[in-house]
Amino acid sequence: MSVARFWRKQINRYNIVGTHCKTCDTHYYPPRNVCPKCRRDGDIEAYKFAGPGKVVTYTIIHTAAEGFEMQAPYALAIIELDEGPRFTSQVVCDPKEVSIGMRVRPVFRKLGESGDKGMIYYGTKYVPDNDRN
Amino acid sequence: MSVGIVSYGAYIPKFRIKVEDIARVWGDDADILSAGLMVYEKSVPDLDEDTATIAVEAARSAVSRHNIDAKRIGAVYTGSESHPYAVKPTSTIVAEAIEATPALTAADFEFACKAGTAAMQACMGLVGSGMVDLGMAIGADVSQGAPGDALEYTAAAGGVSYIIGNKESEMIAVIEDTYSFTTDTPDFWRREGMPYPEHGGRFTGEPGYFKHVTGAANGLMEKMGTKPSDYDYAVFHQPNGKFPSRVAKMLGFTKEQIKPGLVVPWLGNTYSGSCMMGIAATLDQAKPGDRIFATAFGSGAGGDAFSFRVTDKIDEVRDAAPKVLDLLKDPVYMDYAMYAKHKGKIRLA
Repeated sequence: MSVARFWRKQINRYNIVGTHCKTCDTHYYPPRNVCPKCRRDGDIEAYKFAGPGKVVTYTIIHTAAEGFEMQAPYALAIIELDEGPRFTSQVVCDPKEVSIGMRVRPVFRKLGESGDKGMIYYGTKYVPDNDRN
Repeated sequence: MSVGIVSYGAYIPKFRIKVEDIARVWGDDADILSAGLMVYEKSVPDLDEDTATIAVEAARSAVSRHNIDAKRIGAVYTGSESHPYAVKPTSTIVAEAIEATPALTAADFEFACKAGTAAMQACMGLVGSGMVDLGMAIGADVSQGAPGDALEYTAAAGGVSYIIGNKESEMIAVIEDTYSFTTDTPDFWRREGMPYPEHGGRFTGEPGYFKHVTGAANGLMEKMGTKPSDYDYAVFHQPNGKFPSRVAKMLGFTKEQIKPGLVVPWLGNTYSGSCMMGIAATLDQAKPGDRIFATAFGSGAGGDAFSFRVTDKIDEVRDAAPKVLDLLKDPVYMDYAMYAKHKGKIRLA
């Protein structure tokens, strides 16, 4: 990922900042500039999500992509925030602990890095709600 | 204008390795090491944790403990000897993550294990002069210890954040005064580009730690006209359990005074977070009116001494964020192989 591309959505990754359509009361994450339901009648505002959510479904990655080999096996899940939006995130814990419906909360972690010389990408991952870290 | 601590927050990764598991790899006697160092296990960062992530978690804990409006924070300084970038501040990452940007100043500090308390003093100056409303000082590290080196038994991971302010009504502890003692003493260093620090072995003791901690501590008590018995608690930089216990005795403090802040036996040395973690653990159980004496040490070398007076406000905010002892509970233990992986000591071809 280019430095500029990451930086543009950096605040959305550091904190779960998305958007909310005031017309239809729908929340979006990642943020949307236009409400796909209301189109030109939509009224979009920035919205900071509370953070907690639940695991909708998940998979365990055993054969990791380049840069993630050290973390395998790890859980990749679709998280549903309490306000409704769904997105993919790593759940940082023993993969055996992950289950569908499990409550999770956000933590600040390294998302990746561009080799030894490039930028380090930080942002939000999730941990089980009963995990103190 | 008086200055003081408005809030604080700590973060410790959940992983631990026991001294005996490290000793087994290098053929050392774990019982002798643990008894000598007074350290039984140390914290280890997760694979995706570094000084920046730890600093952010500690900073968020401090902001939420006292429900601080982060936009009031006019300075963020992060002290560490393991900043993830050689050039590119950790403090900007923290400031962005707590949503304090853009109207603030930020910089990274480095002074071995006392960079965090040096940041506290800088914040005291800024808030004391009225230049900023609140200042945030962080000490955080994922400390490095070369495989087989004595440091490997203690070099740990963790961080602490303090929010410093100038409104007495907000303070949980007034900083009564501070005093520093600094000389050019090469007892410990890490050269540019080198992965692990070097040290002078026993040279780090008398001419390093003990000279500078006693120099700063005695200097502050002389300046203030106080004595050890005037304090309810005391905290000294804790590279191991032995040094702070010995320096406390040398200065005239009792074992009971240092007990709440002596977290190193089950945590290890969190370097820039070390003394600040001890202060946080002491604040976790101090009562209004208690006085706390603290002295941080940084190799290179210097000591920063502080005198705190806890206020009534502490009871209102203390339970709003995890305490240090909470963060030490229920650790996940790992063997040396997993530890080596977590610390980046295993490199993929």
